[in-house]
Amino acid sequence: MATLKEEKNKRVKKTDKEKNQMLELFRQMYLIRQFELACGENYTKGNIRGFLHLYIGQEATAVGSISCLEEEDYIITHYRDHGHAIARGLDVNRSMAELFGKKTGLSKGKGGSMHLFDSAKKFMGGHAIVGGQFPVATGLALACQYKKTGGLVVCYFGDGSTNQGTYHETLNLASVWNLPILFILENNKYGMGSAIDRVRAGGEDFYTGVDTYDIPAAQVNGMDVLAVKEATEIAVKKVRQTGGPFYLECKTFRFVGHSLADGQKYRKSNEITEWEKQDPLVKFPKWIKSAGIATDKDLEKIKSEVNKTVEKSVEFAETSEEPSKSELDDDIYKK
Amino acid sequence: MREAIKKGLEEALDTDPNVLIMGEDIGEYGGAYAVTDGFLSKFGPERIKDTPISEATFIGTGIGAAAAGLRPVIELMSISFSLVGFDQIVNMAANIRYMSGGQIDVPMVIRAPTGAGVQLAATHSQSFETWLAEVPGIFCVCPSNPKDALGLLRSSIKNNNPVIFAEPALLYGLKGDVPDEYYEIPLGSASISQEGNDISLVSYGAGMKILHETSEILAKENISCEIIDLRSLSPIDYDTIGESVKKTNRLVAVDTARKNGGIMAEVVANVQESFNDWLDGPIVRIGADDVPWPYNKNLEAEAYPSSEKISEKILKTLI
Repeated sequence: MATLKEEKNKRVKKTDKEKNQMLELFRQMYLIRQFELACGENYTKGNIRGFLHLYIGQEATAVGSISCLEEEDYIITHYRDHGHAIARGLDVNRSMAELFGKKTGLSKGKGGSMHLFDSAKKFMGGHAIVGGQFPVATGLALACQYKKTGGLVVCYFGDGSTNQGTYHETLNLASVWNLPILFILENNKYGMGSAIDRVRAGGEDFYTGVDTYDIPAAQVNGMDVLAVKEATEIAVKKVRQTGGPFYLECKTFRFVGHSLADGQKYRKSNEITEWEKQDPLVKFPKWIKSAGIATDKDLEKIKSEVNKTVEKSVEFAETSEEPSKSELDDDIYKK
Repeated sequence: MREAIKKGLEEALDTDPNVLIMGEDIGEYGGAYAVTDGFLSKFGPERIKDTPISEATFIGTGIGAAAAGLRPVIELMSISFSLVGFDQIVNMAANIRYMSGGQIDVPMVIRAPTGAGVQLAATHSQSFETWLAEVPGIFCVCPSNPKDALGLLRSSIKNNNPVIFAEPALLYGLKGDVPDEYYEIPLGSASISQEGNDISLVSYGAGMKILHETSEILAKENISCEIIDLRSLSPIDYDTIGESVKKTNRLVAVDTARKNGGIMAEVVANVQESFNDWLDGPIVRIGADDVPWPYNKNLEAEAYPSSEKISEKILKTLI
């Protein structure tokens, strides 16, 4: 898989379309970062309650991979779901309002941070039981196959979920039934506070173990948005060609705790500082400038627009109505 | 009974291309209880899907398929095996609609043999429809005869929510009339299985046979029993139960599942709350003994409620 440096050397001259794509990748990653920072701030203020899991550090994985999908493709993910939601283009105001538990939220304030949904965008949730999304992803893929929609399912999961039975069951079934699923592992080295080497037999690389299920697999630097994009393009193409599954492991890292309640006592010394050297929000804009795609001024303009978007989303969430008490038993059953 | 369920499934497969069936050994083998025998050759492997022994995953596969517009019917070999997939049924199927603010529907039926009485011992004889009936977001039904089985199955497959369709393992061979003309039985409706004046007896599924036997014993004492078939454990039709209690002023609730925490505890508490003024005596509740189901035939029968035990308790308590 190409690294940023190779990519730079390979493509010196870019078309306007390509330049705009690069800037869009940056805009999305920056939006996720600012959205998450705003979430953290509002959690501290007490505007957001429950559990809050931030995606800070992992932005390149969601943005790079989702940029390769089509409208008919489904996305299903884990509880650290804000990044995927934003990369899929879910409404930022309604996402923030959901975190604030407001009526204008994506799920009318009934789901919260861990359960973001937008069926119109085929964004099938944020799921908060670790590994619970695997079987549902399989069913979405079965429907794609059965109805011959040409669509596929991207199922995101963390390294922690790979010790659940549903992980192994689902890889098996997706292979046996040849279902169009792209499994994307976000290997951030920790399942909450448990480092991989403390809970997993077989080392820190997962993609090699997928041979058992006869599923093609690859590994990519999940901190490098272009590498993720390129790897996903290949993976998506393969899934569409074969109709069957593909497994992509993204090596990534969260710069913050598991949730806002996490003191990170389990971290190895200097680990965060080392990984921060790969911060996609530092490296990618630097590359954009060196490749002549945009200037500091261009990037500042994007940042300023995103900052406004995030500020507005907080304002929207703050000023939105609470759900009325009469809505308590709405949405349980479909008539 | 088996034929009625089979007919309901065949009808759905014939009329709705979005219906498909998934489960362990439902295709080539023909189903553990032979309900889907012959389906594979008639409907093909795309719609009759043999699954690996991975309950959590094939139940969840049903959820995803339903969320994407299909109408899957999942067969479990035993409702005891639902425990392996409980996370998918409870956390996922039941909650997704609510958590998404009503954006995602899960029109899925989970069929599962339930109950004791066939010497399958502790892990294959339980009645977890009583647990699942507690969960908001799913319907839960259990027929006691072929006619109801077909009517309830038609409604279950057409319903736009997850439905637990519990089939008493004891009753697959039960014979009974099934009308030729098309009918459906709405979920959430109990039925009066026999009219009477002196005592209301309520149960469901395999308990109904015991209630009719009890009624025959009590008839010899000139006691006339009204018999109510709950049919639906979620929601429960308190109107039908209440009307009967208003008439007879006495209620006896019988569960073939364990008594402790059973669905009849819920029935009794609600009747007490809502219809207390019409009761002329204490409500009698009888269930299976609170023990793991034993394999031995005599021990199993000892744990199971019987018409003798029930009529004896009624005569002692209410008369």
